[in-house]
Amino acid sequence: MAEVRIRGVRKSFGNVEVIHGVDVDISDGEFVVLVGPSGCGKSTLLRMIAGLERITDGEVMIGGRVVNQMPPKERDVAMVFQNYALYPHMKVYDNMAFSMKLRGAEKSEVDQRVQKAADILGLTPFLERYPRQLSGGQRQRVAMGRAIVRDPQVFLFDEPLSNLDAKLRVQMRTEIKELHQRLKTTSVYVTHDQIEAMTMADRIVVMHDGIVEQAGEPLDLYDNPTNTFVAGFIGSPAMNFVRGTVRANGGPARLEAKDGVALPLGDGWSGQDGRSVVYGIRPEHLVLAEAGQRSVESEIAVVEPTGAETLLVSRVAGGEFQAVFRERHAFRPGTRVQLAPLLDKVHLFDAETGQRL
Amino acid sequence: MATDAERVRAQRTESFSDRWTQLKYDHNWLGFWFMLPAAAFLLLFLTYPLGLGIWLSVTDTRIGREGGFIGLENFEWLNEDPVFWLSVFNTFLYTTVASVIKFGLGLYLAILLNSHMPWKAIIRAVVLLPFIVPTVLSAIAFWWIYDTQFSIISWTLIEMGWIDENINFLGEPNNARASVIAANIWRGIPFVAITLLAGLQTIPQSLYEAATIDGASRWQMFRHVTYPMLTPIIAVVMTFSVLFTFTDFQLIYAMTRGGPANATHLMATLSYQRAIMGGNLGEGAAISTAMIPFLLAAILFSWFGLQRRKWQQGESDD
Ligand SMILES: Nc1ncnc2c1ncn2[C@@H]1O[C@H](COP(=O)(O)OP(=O)(O)OP(=O)(O)O)[C@@H](O)[C@H]1O
Ligand SMILES: [Mg+2]
Repeated sequence: MAEVRIRGVRKSFGNVEVIHGVDVDISDGEFVVLVGPSGCGKSTLLRMIAGLERITDGEVMIGGRVVNQMPPKERDVAMVFQNYALYPHMKVYDNMAFSMKLRGAEKSEVDQRVQKAADILGLTPFLERYPRQLSGGQRQRVAMGRAIVRDPQVFLFDEPLSNLDAKLRVQMRTEIKELHQRLKTTSVYVTHDQIEAMTMADRIVVMHDGIVEQAGEPLDLYDNPTNTFVAGFIGSPAMNFVRGTVRANGGPARLEAKDGVALPLGDGWSGQDGRSVVYGIRPEHLVLAEAGQRSVESEIAVVEPTGAETLLVSRVAGGEFQAVFRERHAFRPGTRVQLAPLLDKVHLFDAETGQRL
Repeated sequence: MATDAERVRAQRTESFSDRWTQLKYDHNWLGFWFMLPAAAFLLLFLTYPLGLGIWLSVTDTRIGREGGFIGLENFEWLNEDPVFWLSVFNTFLYTTVASVIKFGLGLYLAILLNSHMPWKAIIRAVVLLPFIVPTVLSAIAFWWIYDTQFSIISWTLIEMGWIDENINFLGEPNNARASVIAANIWRGIPFVAITLLAGLQTIPQSLYEAATIDGASRWQMFRHVTYPMLTPIIAVVMTFSVLFTFTDFQLIYAMTRGGPANATHLMATLSYQRAIMGGNLGEGAAISTAMIPFLLAAILFSWFGLQRRKWQQGESDD
């Protein structure tokens, strides 16, 4: 086990730079999730840690050693690939034993480790099968088994669940999490699915266009996003945004948006009078206004009940607001509702920079 | 009465059209008709010459004279003929040495072409050249390269001071054998290399990445990933390569005509010499027929080599 330090890492393919100086510190035993939209450079960063991609600039350290020039096998990392990359001509057992056989380990030791890993993952009945004779979920498990058998310093996962169906994905999510709690191996997990990130991570690193936007514990990121990108990326359904100007004169603080619509703001924001901002409110922080409560009027566009909760899409100030209700209400499209934002849950971001105020 | 007859006739046509519709949808029956043209072609162009060849081998036909059935006399005759056995030996030597080297060099070349290098596309095209040049043309080129007086190889070696006099490439039995084998290798390598290259390109890159992380060296990657994944295509390529080499005729005939002293006579060239040049169609056909068991053995070998391996994609689960 080891900690991983990424210091000012850059990566260029030819003369196109795709990672522009990334710093991430991962402590020993931590489960860190790299999350971000497609093409932001998550896989590239992971592959640089693994040693599959040359590091253009900066340093990667594993367990206190700079590994920039070190070949992958000396880095002592194991990787689970998106397409699993199982050797099709080897049985499950041999797939899992391959790395140890290459190292020339004792047959009895290999056997013991493979049996143990198979036991942990419930693969014992499948050891004599070829990968093509397994289901997607079983293959995924073999890929993890191959990593576990090596007992590496660091586990690297590149979207390991994206080829599974929704239900299996949820199940494997839990299994990987349990596995980590059991083995406590430092893990770096790449995904573009923010729910996966939220549910699995000790710490999330949000990437966007080759830079780190924010890193922190899942709920911290959720409660205190540092900019509009993170605010919009973390959380589902996504945060509602409205552009406008803060007004504090002639009444309580409010956001003046298009078409003269006013959204209520807490008094704490009075100091920002006249500033152009982006107003952000999460769907679960909108409630139905009670009499006398400061609210905004909206027209119901779509009602999506899921049973446990109801998603309400309505029109406000030329845009759309999504609101989530746990209670059941008789909403009818075309009618109007008064939505009241919880004032202490409102986020304001600078309109120019997108940074949190 | 008349109405009864009509009814019967109507019934008959009805059942006839019924059966017609049934047949139209019966895949086996339809399939038979669709297969017929292809079968006829095969019969005409493959089976007929083959059958004729085998028939001739048990007759004493000569050019210009209809022969009669003589049983296995031709084969008994050949069995006593040291030239025939020499040609069998030559054919095996030629096929074995050429195929082994073609495989080795072809695989090496394929791996080289599969790696990143500048001008990859152009180099790949160049590798195909020997395959594109007509055989006889390349044979004539080799003829010049191996010429007793003007050989460029001899000339180079003399200039470099390695040897004192011209090498007698095609005039001395073992030199001649080595020379024709070299020419065959030169000509056969592109086929092996390009086909294996196609095979190499079907191996997913991620397997190599997984192997890299598993700690495999380059040799171990070849040994444990590339080679096993390539075996099916190796079986195909080498079967064809062996068949082509075993039945080679053009190259030898253009370069040495089987000489010197029959040292480079293959079964195919000997058969041509006896049958067409010598006029003994029966005896020539017998030599050709004698190749059949060997070719069948090669095909059987590849048949087993080509059996779906258990790990491959596809139906048969066992
Ligand atoms: N071998 C390469 N050559 C050139 N550009 C590359 C190469 N590999 C990746 N890139 C570029 O680098 C950027 C980051 O790619 P990367 O694969 O890391 O994205 P990602 O975040 O993993 O996306 P996804 O979620 O789709 O897997 C992309 O713009 C991609 O086009
Ligand atoms: Mg990726």
